[in-house]
Amino acid sequence: MPCAWQITPDMKSPPAPPLAVDTVHCAGEGIAIVVARDAASAADAADAVEVDYDELTPVLDMEAALADGAPLVHPELGTNRNALWVFDSGEAGSGGDVEPAIRDAEIVIKRRFRQQRLIPAFMEPRSVVVDPTGEQLTMWSSTQIPHILKTMVALTLGLPEHKVRVIAPDVGGGFGGKLQVTPEEFLAVLVARRMGKPVKWTETRSESLLAVHHGRDQIQDLTLAARKDGTVTGLKVELMADMGAYLRIITSGIPILGAFMYCGIYKFRAYRFACTNVFTTKTPTDAYRGAGRPEATFAIERMMDELAAELGMDPLELRERNWIKHEEFPYPTVAGLTYDSGNYEAATAKAKELFDYDGLRAEQRRRREANEVVQLGIGISTYTEMCGLAPSRMLGALSYSAGGWENTSIRMLATGKVEVISGVSPHGQGHETVWSQIVADRLSVPFEDVEVLHGDTQSSSKGMDTYGSRSLAVGGIAVVKAVDKVIDKAKKMAAHLLECSEADIEFTHGKFTIKGTDRGVTIQEVAFAAFAAPNYPEGMEPSLDSEATFDPENFSFPHGTHLCVAKVDTETGWVRIRRYVCVDDIGTVVNPLIVEGQVHGGLAQGIAQALFEEAGYDEVGTLITSTLADYLMPSAADLDPERVAPCFPGATLTSASGAEFAGTVQIRLGPIALQYRGSGRFTETDQAAHRSVIKATGTAAGGQGTAAVTVQTSLVEDEAGTAVTVATDLTITGKPAQFGRGLIEDVSRKIIGQFADCLSASLGQAEGPRQQRRHRRSSASMMR
Amino acid sequence: MTRLTVMVDGVRYVDDVEPRTLLAHYLREKLGKTGTVVGCDTSNCGACTVHLDGRSVKSCSVFAVQVGGSEITTIEGLARDGQLHPMQQAFHDNHALQCGFCTPGMIMQAIDLLGDDPDPDEQSVRAGLEGNLCRCTATRTLCVPCLMPRRR
Repeated sequence: MPCAWQITPDMKSPPAPPLAVDTVHCAGEGIAIVVARDAASAADAADAVEVDYDELTPVLDMEAALADGAPLVHPELGTNRNALWVFDSGEAGSGGDVEPAIRDAEIVIKRRFRQQRLIPAFMEPRSVVVDPTGEQLTMWSSTQIPHILKTMVALTLGLPEHKVRVIAPDVGGGFGGKLQVTPEEFLAVLVARRMGKPVKWTETRSESLLAVHHGRDQIQDLTLAARKDGTVTGLKVELMADMGAYLRIITSGIPILGAFMYCGIYKFRAYRFACTNVFTTKTPTDAYRGAGRPEATFAIERMMDELAAELGMDPLELRERNWIKHEEFPYPTVAGLTYDSGNYEAATAKAKELFDYDGLRAEQRRRREANEVVQLGIGISTYTEMCGLAPSRMLGALSYSAGGWENTSIRMLATGKVEVISGVSPHGQGHETVWSQIVADRLSVPFEDVEVLHGDTQSSSKGMDTYGSRSLAVGGIAVVKAVDKVIDKAKKMAAHLLECSEADIEFTHGKFTIKGTDRGVTIQEVAFAAFAAPNYPEGMEPSLDSEATFDPENFSFPHGTHLCVAKVDTETGWVRIRRYVCVDDIGTVVNPLIVEGQVHGGLAQGIAQALFEEAGYDEVGTLITSTLADYLMPSAADLDPERVAPCFPGATLTSASGAEFAGTVQIRLGPIALQYRGSGRFTETDQAAHRSVIKATGTAAGGQGTAAVTVQTSLVEDEAGTAVTVATDLTITGKPAQFGRGLIEDVSRKIIGQFADCLSASLGQAEGPRQQRRHRRSSASMMR
Repeated sequence: MTRLTVMVDGVRYVDDVEPRTLLAHYLREKLGKTGTVVGCDTSNCGACTVHLDGRSVKSCSVFAVQVGGSEITTIEGLARDGQLHPMQQAFHDNHALQCGFCTPGMIMQAIDLLGDDPDPDEQSVRAGLEGNLCRCTATRTLCVPCLMPRRR
């Protein structure tokens, strides 16, 4: 099995056959193949296979594995150490030496943290079908990486690449767990070729939990140097990372991705990171939800809390003393990256306010002093993460053996419809919707006229696939570039058709017009003219189709501040999250509903790592969490905080005085981006009955329509908090009214939500931070 | 082999099945109703939820031979005359899915939930969906469709 990341020249890489040869190195490794006509017969036949094992000593503990005389997972390597990878800011020139910083520090904090082993546990177990009977070998796989899989199948099995077609149909989740080329995929190809007929392999959940690569599993030893005023001066990270029994595609590189994130959002200038990768007799580890980076964020944020506790400082104040100020960007970090932007002050201030940080700290103190049974714990995390993987040259500098570019093609069909062929393909992220939005917006064609093709190497010949928060930040830019190429070609064609100079043509609202006149042709007319091609410019091909490959120059750096308060029963240990506020700056939000869903999923996973999940092994190396009854994934019932408050950019209050206010709301509705500028007033405010009525009107920029809204808000106190009912009546005219009621309702909810958040923040009305938004009614009416 | 007669999504089927065949596998492999998906083997995930005589069951926990004479509705039998079931429409309108694998079971369970309580509050919805796992979002966005009656 291939490993694509040789992190050091002397990295030890054991042979990794798709089926065990002579020795089984971990539970979950295949030892034989049974082929039958149906799944039940295959299960019966597999049960009839008797295996007689001679037991070897398991290697389960990383520290013990590195000790002299430890039993070896792969005796032929002579060691359980896979590699030692070091980054030192003194040597790299990105900062000073860490040892003097520690020696001269007024305070030194040393801590050990353990990142427990997790299992991706995507909902759809892996499945692969191989049909060897056609001109091309066709392979359907529930994978995140159809293009990489195709190349790897060709390289590893010696098949001509053009004779292999990989299709990743609707894939049921991945989270890094399907960023893999697996033994089962290769074996399915081999079996199908030998049998000369199609074969199918589908894993059970227990097989999935056992055999899909795991994530995390690190021991983090940290030494933080600081001054008594709370200024951090250096950080030393000594990491042990469990590879499991084999290297999969990027196993060895996962902890290295964290090396660039241990400085978090902070300015300290001395840093050393040394990671020892260790083989054990467990399931191999590899990419999972953030892949090395969340581990680093956890560690540095925890160290900040420890330092704050040591100094008796507020942990947010301590962070602010150390973080990069918004005016200091772009900022070259001690780990060698350059952060392009950030505003940690603004995100934190907003989070504190939504969370009622000061109020909760006061309540926490009160409960401590009263020695109450139920205490409050307040958790804090800021973060930034290197996303948009990745600049190909940077990957090259890290000895990664593939690039980080992304590719999109656009086919302008004769009738003006558009096919977008995307290199990245979704497994729940909504690429079809978002790519269609981008193309419809930029090309001014109806949203419904755009079809996104993906996940089939026959239609989408090039791509680096979906992982590493790269789809929109890299693939989305390739879409934009490809659309712009179409527009450039169409402009030439339009100028030819209109018999004018290209410089005189402007493209607005889907039409190429001669400036200052009403003479023009639509993009659809130009598309047909390019297809029929009776008359086109000299030197131009009769086609508007385009292809673009985008290779980013830097990572993108979203950031945020997350605040969580949990109730902890000190007698029973029972923990329940009471409130969770996250303020994330993720740049332009193309689709707020999708972002909201993604953010909630990420929160659920982080909370689950803290409270529920761990892949456990017994003393002989058997996975004891091999069913979903043992591996505790959270359900909706487990995640019931009083308030989850994501905050999206978009709404801005420009002025407010008395009952009057004015502001802007930016919204994306299908293909169009709208900015409404408007004003409103409280027409009714009944303090005693906690009821208010707001009427607001706005006009969209560019004359694209108007919006009028009446919002009735009422607050009802109950023992759980305050229930807020918001009834809205929204009337929209103009272009956005073309969209169906469902979309308008979605968007109206967002607009109202943004207004409500904005108002509550500025006026202390409608929805205060301690109030729970439980019911929100919304109705929308439309007029053309 | 045991003779099984069952109504599935409004169509009567008569089949010989092995007694050990699970309803989920019968639906998928014999009837081709792959809209009902299997996400685990311990009845924890709920992805395979269907309606058995109008009540939700996890079809991985029922033998096919147990449903003789009964009426089964799968996710594929919800839409009528090309119109999505209101709960399917509510999931669609509210983007209450990401990868979509848990969605068939989630929708079948959500319909059952509203059958018991047509106007549940969020806490009841969360409790009612406890037996259905979603790895993509797992939380509030999933509950929104069930809260729709409260919004109307």
